[in-house]
Amino acid sequence: MAQITLTIDAVGATVPEGTSVLEAALSAGIYIPTLCYDKDLEPYGACRICIVEIEGMDGLPTSCTTRAADGMVVRTDTERVNRVRRTICEMLIADHPADCLTCPANQSCELQQVASHLGIMQQRLEPLEREHVLDESNPFFKLDLSTCILCARCVRACNELRGVGAIELVGRGYECHVGTFLDGPMVESVCESCGECVDRCPTGALSAKAERLPPTREVKTTCVYCGCGCGLVLGVRGNRIVRVRGEAAHPVNRGSLCVKGRFGLDFVGSADRLTAPLIRRDGELQEAGWEEALELVAGRLSEIKAEHGPDALAGLSSAKCTNEENYLFQKFVRAALGTNNVDHCARLCHASTVVGLARAFGSGAMTNSLGEIEHADCILVTGSNTTEAHPIIALRIIAAVERHGARLIVADPRRIDLVRFADLHLRQRSGTDVALFNAMMNVILGEGLADEKFIASRTEGFEQFRRALEECTPEWAEPITGVPAGEIRAAARTYAGAERASIIYSMGITQHTTGTDNVLSLANLAMLTGNVGRPSTGVNPLRGQNNVQGACDLGALPDVYPGYQKVDDAGVRRSFEQAWGVPLPAEPGLTVVEMTNAAAEGLLKGLYVMGENPMLSDPNVNHVREALEKLDFLCVQDIFLTETARLADVVLPGVSFAEKDGTFTNTERRVQRVRAAVDSPGEARQDWAIICEVASRLGYPMHYDHPSQIMDEMASVTPIYGGMSFERVDEVGPQWPCPDAEHPGTVYLHEGEFKRGRGKFHPVRFREAAELPDEEYPFLLTTGRCLYHFHTGTLSRRSAGLEELSPPAPFEIHPEDAAAEGISEGQIVQITSRRGTVRARAVLTERSRPGMIFMPFHFREAAANLLTNDALDPVAKIPEYKVCAVRLKKAHESSPGC
Amino acid sequence: MEENLDGIFSQYAGERGELIPILQDVQRAVGYVPGAAMTQTARFLRIPESAVYGVVTFYAQFHLTRQGEHGVKVCQGTACHVRGGRRILRAVEKKLGIRSGETSEDYRFSLERVACFGSCALAPVMVVDGKVHGRMTPQKAVRVLEALE
Ligand code: SF4
Ligand code: SF4
Ligand code: SF4
Ligand code: FES
Repeated sequence: MAQITLTIDAVGATVPEGTSVLEAALSAGIYIPTLCYDKDLEPYGACRICIVEIEGMDGLPTSCTTRAADGMVVRTDTERVNRVRRTICEMLIADHPADCLTCPANQSCELQQVASHLGIMQQRLEPLEREHVLDESNPFFKLDLSTCILCARCVRACNELRGVGAIELVGRGYECHVGTFLDGPMVESVCESCGECVDRCPTGALSAKAERLPPTREVKTTCVYCGCGCGLVLGVRGNRIVRVRGEAAHPVNRGSLCVKGRFGLDFVGSADRLTAPLIRRDGELQEAGWEEALELVAGRLSEIKAEHGPDALAGLSSAKCTNEENYLFQKFVRAALGTNNVDHCARLCHASTVVGLARAFGSGAMTNSLGEIEHADCILVTGSNTTEAHPIIALRIIAAVERHGARLIVADPRRIDLVRFADLHLRQRSGTDVALFNAMMNVILGEGLADEKFIASRTEGFEQFRRALEECTPEWAEPITGVPAGEIRAAARTYAGAERASIIYSMGITQHTTGTDNVLSLANLAMLTGNVGRPSTGVNPLRGQNNVQGACDLGALPDVYPGYQKVDDAGVRRSFEQAWGVPLPAEPGLTVVEMTNAAAEGLLKGLYVMGENPMLSDPNVNHVREALEKLDFLCVQDIFLTETARLADVVLPGVSFAEKDGTFTNTERRVQRVRAAVDSPGEARQDWAIICEVASRLGYPMHYDHPSQIMDEMASVTPIYGGMSFERVDEVGPQWPCPDAEHPGTVYLHEGEFKRGRGKFHPVRFREAAELPDEEYPFLLTTGRCLYHFHTGTLSRRSAGLEELSPPAPFEIHPEDAAAEGISEGQIVQITSRRGTVRARAVLTERSRPGMIFMPFHFREAAANLLTNDALDPVAKIPEYKVCAVRLKKAHESSPGC
Repeated sequence: MEENLDGIFSQYAGERGELIPILQDVQRAVGYVPGAAMTQTARFLRIPESAVYGVVTFYAQFHLTRQGEHGVKVCQGTACHVRGGRRILRAVEKKLGIRSGETSEDYRFSLERVACFGSCALAPVMVVDGKVHGRMTPQKAVRVLEALE
């Protein structure tokens, strides 16, 4: 970009063309007071406090909206400028309570700073009497209009950065104020409680309720809630987290956060935290000492191993825990217990991704990076309710559409919030994704929109794949999917016509008995149009848990060692045997659902669970309970007494993310630091240290002084992590593959060549879901997440505020269906599948497709997974959470329940 | 209030710049701009409801509630204020039994205060159904209203 040079107060400044005078001054180290300016928002020019004199220009232009020009001479601090600034500031103060000491923004208020810069010490103008309007309806923050200076930063942030538009400047002249639609309470508006507006407000008008005392120190870490992997700055006072902000320079969130990350960390300091080991005595879990608990665990595990062999044991690792803990856990299971029976909840969300993308491309991870999304011309979002499940990634999608004019196609049975920004919403019947994508590809081929050069030079298996598509016309797909043929054609043309098209998907694609097929279809679609291996393209699975990517990468899977190296490859096995100093089992182990089945059949005798809660997360929970109860020995290591821990023989208290050092790998393969900010409660111990204790007592000594040593060991046996170390990931985490210390990390995969050599097309034929609605069970149930909670709610439901914003156990139903069934809003309805019954609260909404109901799975009061089908995808062994058949009946009880 | 606005929307392409003309059509058809109409308009133009509300409350021409048969506006601009505009307003409020910004229960009258009509020479001024009545006194104002009853 061309550079220009201008003079500001006798200082020369050279800046890129297009820079504002204000930003040029700031870059030259010159302070100009501002109020409505915010570096992340469009220039606004409303407060006029940033005025300057510019030679050759009339009047006093606002520097934030005036572009710097070559040779410009600017004066920022003349008598004339200051006089006008003072008048403006005095008018603002006249309309402002002079009560700084009691204001939540005291010391951080920008109005205070500007006034002091201008030398204003007291109110000179007669104060105006304004009605005191206070909106405290949101549990996390309040809006006090008496200190609002109408800079509109909140309004602009809500619109420009979040795409929500909950607030607006309402009314005119003296009546003008920040308000919601029809001036209703904030909490009843479309507000998502993200707190962006609070963060941007220069005064105390918008302030967090909890933040009464400022922190004494800050600790940079990574959010524990979801796979976005936002950078958090925890403000700590003593041993308490008193404030959370987004890290402004972070590559993922750029300072933004969602409600869970910003306001939902109450669980860390919760009184319910486990503080001592528990041992079951006379049927009751009772507190015990560490020595006794560890001896018991090691003793029982060795007994079972001696009596029934190592494969009668299994371990469930955790997508919530760090990379170091996952590495250590799978090493413990493989080397100390001697079995490959290790898995974790990734099986339940993205096993089909890992298998499908590995077959098509050779690597099961997100091909491209989050930052690239913004620059795609076309984005196809399918099976991902991004604004709720990955709020910060949704911001990039919204920015692509709103700022850069990208076309958005949403293919989802539900009218999710992103549809507001979409050019096309394809509302396919749940479980018919393959038919839909095949028909799109049929159009692309038929209309000559395929990228022949890419197909010829980069792929294989095309002919067979092409033949399988011949019958799949849009007219064929219309009755199957319920999507009009014309819309399928339009979507195909839009996607194929883009220079850079990106596919974003999540569990709506993977959690089917056809999950692997769905993923293969998307891979086909991307290869057919040459949308792999370039920036802002690709096939991008959004991983749910904060470290589900890392748990997979580090081998918490039954068939692979760290770095996806196959356990049944003799060469690989030998090198791990050498590294770990023991013989290792050759057969791949059991997956999550297979473990449950083996336990139910009495084949699996002992289970060690670290930080997972299968009693809510797994399908067909009744069956899970029976299976866990049948075990000879269940050990659970967690920070809370979860539904699963309640069934355990021994419970070991681990520590939360805010109390440990380590790394998480986010959904875009970025390895990021997690840092201890507070002390753990009671006798809780570091999770890695607990694993070392148990392993050592089993006769396999493990000793580390610090997680960084585990990282070093892990890097030495995991080629894709080869260049990682605590020093390396300290500031900005690199993205794997990062084979050595000099490697810069990999922003997008498969450039020039696929990981597996050539990309492989797979012919995929449409199959129906395992269980479809019928006369007896006429409704299709699909499950998913909501914005305010995470997974089984173990963490998020400890926040009173989140609980208030999202009260337990709703299910969504289309108003027409509700009318036909005689169900009204808020009514408690009994929902029954072939596997179980729950009671949930009806929410009538057109988001649901007619004939389909939706339930979030976070709530133990009405565990959606009592209903779901544990039928598995034949390849990836992922259960079909997204489709099962249920019937509805109005319940007599007035509260949700199981 | 569930007005069907599809007839109005069918005249438009659904672009954001069409907000004000659409709201004018709504007001012409319904007499004011109800909340539900704002919601529908927001959906049609794919903008936040709050943005529609912001515009409706910004322009004096839009009404949020059903208006009376007769629109009465009393000027409170500087010129009128100096010449007793406040007393005119009080007299009218008393006569109609409503405060400025309100509509009588029988929907006969709506009353508003306005900053300036640009008829300062005639101050104090009252405007009824678009007709300017100048040099008002409280008594004269009441008579103008009585003539309508
Ligand atoms: S909290 Fe977020 S969604 Fe709510 S008004 Fe503020 S910026 Fe908008
Ligand atoms: S609430 Fe804060 S950010 Fe919003 S307009 Fe008022 S002062 Fe500005
Ligand atoms: S929950 Fe996800 S989106 Fe929200 S702050 Fe944490 S990492 Fe970011
Ligand atoms: S900062 Fe420039 S006008 Fe407000």
